[in-house]
Amino acid sequence: MMEAKFIPGDKVPAWLAELAKERRTAVPRREGGAVVFRPFDPDQPVPLGRQATTPPKGSVFPQCEPLMVFRYEKDPASPDTSQVRVKETIDETPRLVVGGRPCDARGFATFDRVYDAEDVKDLNYLARREHTAFITMACPRPSSTCFCHWVGSGPADTECSDVLMTPVEGGYVLEPVTETGGELLQSSLLEDAGKRLDEAHAVHKRAAEGLGEAPDLSETPGKLLELFDDMGFWEEVSAKCISCGACTYLCPTCYCFNITDEACGAEGARLRTWDNCMSYQFTMEASGHNPRPTKAHRLKNRVGHKFSYYPTIHGGAIACCGCGRCIKHCPVSVDIREIVLKATAAESAEQE
Amino acid sequence: MSLLDEMKGRIKERLPELDVVIGWQRGFDPLHATPLFMRGEEDVDRLVLDPLCVHNLATYLTGLRDKKVGVVVKGCDSRSVIELLQEKLLDRENITVFGFPCEGVVSLKKIAREVDLDLVEDARVEGDTVKVTVDGGEKSFPLAEVAADKCGRCRYHNALLSDEFVGEPVTEPEADEYADVAEFESRPLEERAGHWREAMQRCIRCYACRNACPLCVCRDHCVAHCRDPHWITEQDTVDEKWFFQVIHAMHLAGRCTECGECERACPVGIPLLLLKRKLNKEVEELFDYRAGTKVEATPPLMAFQVEEENINERGW
Ligand code: SF4
Ligand code: SF4
Ligand code: SF4
Ligand code: SF4
Ligand code: SF4
Repeated sequence: MMEAKFIPGDKVPAWLAELAKERRTAVPRREGGAVVFRPFDPDQPVPLGRQATTPPKGSVFPQCEPLMVFRYEKDPASPDTSQVRVKETIDETPRLVVGGRPCDARGFATFDRVYDAEDVKDLNYLARREHTAFITMACPRPSSTCFCHWVGSGPADTECSDVLMTPVEGGYVLEPVTETGGELLQSSLLEDAGKRLDEAHAVHKRAAEGLGEAPDLSETPGKLLELFDDMGFWEEVSAKCISCGACTYLCPTCYCFNITDEACGAEGARLRTWDNCMSYQFTMEASGHNPRPTKAHRLKNRVGHKFSYYPTIHGGAIACCGCGRCIKHCPVSVDIREIVLKATAAESAEQE
Repeated sequence: MSLLDEMKGRIKERLPELDVVIGWQRGFDPLHATPLFMRGEEDVDRLVLDPLCVHNLATYLTGLRDKKVGVVVKGCDSRSVIELLQEKLLDRENITVFGFPCEGVVSLKKIAREVDLDLVEDARVEGDTVKVTVDGGEKSFPLAEVAADKCGRCRYHNALLSDEFVGEPVTEPEADEYADVAEFESRPLEERAGHWREAMQRCIRCYACRNACPLCVCRDHCVAHCRDPHWITEQDTVDEKWFFQVIHAMHLAGRCTECGECERACPVGIPLLLLKRKLNKEVEELFDYRAGTKVEATPPLMAFQVEEENINERGW
């Protein structure tokens, strides 16, 4: 039987230090004005108060990883031919991420449907995913940019988390979600949660209420498709976008990648790096043709992928966790909620 | 009549002859402004004009070169327009500039040090005070304290180029002596290198710094993505990221108008402007030149002289 625990706030660093002995542990750290995930360091404060600037997606899907390393070797018997030796690089280090938000963890559900599908398994991704545990911080106060409730989630969602951590008076309530989560709660620093569990559930309820009513997005996938050829619409909603890509790189659900071979002399690596649909090169073809030549085409892809094409092939699941980072950190404040609502409404008006 | 109403009136007057006028409107919360593309009178009614209008809208101009575009500019933004004209990246007859005297814009990063930006309920600028309501409580900040650093150094508050100037010009302050750069340069080399290494570590290679820059015009053909030749690898190492920033800074030497958009756009708060200012300081010392201050001048790196006045090439 897995029971909820409580940890006093001042014991959190000691607990993290214990956990970090067993697993490579990433926690939020303040750097410059930003909060980013970094390996746990007992000398650094761990800001758990608000959503981090960058999501912890790199722990499972790094920005850059070698899929394999290779080396050309001459055959001494026939010096004109060379052989290429290839070594796959699969990383099975046990990891732990502490302090992501429910939306951050839930982002991995979007990845799983693609990289852990029945017919295709991405071994590099799977190795990391299986060996990474998440202790997620429930949100006591949603931000003005949060809309997790639009996409079927919420500030205390436990999907893809192993432990849900909730701030209460004097510390945090820790609720195990998975078996791994139960194992993470064995420390002698933890107390039984007792009545504090009710307090935690009251926090969850208040946060959910704080988000207000969610709009009905059931018609959105179809409506976005109907707008596909309406470039006037896409030009209007993308006018202020500067096509940078900050939104996709900060997004816990964006999973597109690029593959390049980077060789130096006889040695090299096949790298997989994040790609992003806001960049001109994203769909650039070898022929020189680019089916997404303008930022309007590209923003259409970003919104369409998340709210139409992906849900259509994945049983209605939206490829956005509602974290709001793309809104909050966009240099020009492009608001994906506004575009989705506009698209959803635009077509209904026409149909009337 | 308020500055805003006067500006709206002027834009409405000129709008019929233009495809679009770019200004600002309120964004997703009361503290964030967001660029506004005005095509009809009803769009103009959404215009806002205050120290929360931080973006340099000149960034959009090169992408709209074939259109008749109006743009609302602060002093610093007007320099970007001038620099683009000098470099023949814009056509003067296609651009209508709406200028106004700016007394500084708010740095949201500075506000974020004092209040939780995620919970902003209201924001207003009253005279030279910025009032922000967060979580039921109102906080006031003197504009001078929360203004962007660039505003404290600015000596071009009044738009330097405008077809329509709205409001009374303000008095321009004394010269900027690059004290910040000098201070940084006085630190030991290791410390300076460490500063940049630490900062670049959190760079996510999103290139918001590049795309927000009005003078960074290669964009879709940027060296950062070029495959042939493959100048920069895809690795996310500090070296690769730093390499790009140095290239950006070098390409902007003597062209950068110090609008600070690169730094403002960076989602992880990397202080890029200092790097750009270092190069501008060198350009000023060598060529007595400040980017984007005179339409008729030629930027020094676009000009050729057998012998430069301030470079002692043969005297050693
Ligand atoms: S939406 Fe914003 S963050 Fe995304 S590419 Fe456009 S300007 Fe950049
Ligand atoms: S699209 Fe925006 S809100 Fe949705 S998951 Fe990505 S960053 Fe978060
Ligand atoms: S989107 Fe939801 S889960 Fe994510 S930070 Fe906001 S309230 Fe929390
Ligand atoms: S480099 Fe930065 S400060 Fe200079 S013009 Fe570009 S965006 Fe502005
Ligand atoms: S905006 Fe910041 S994070 Fe993005 S590439 Fe530039 S320096 Fe890196």
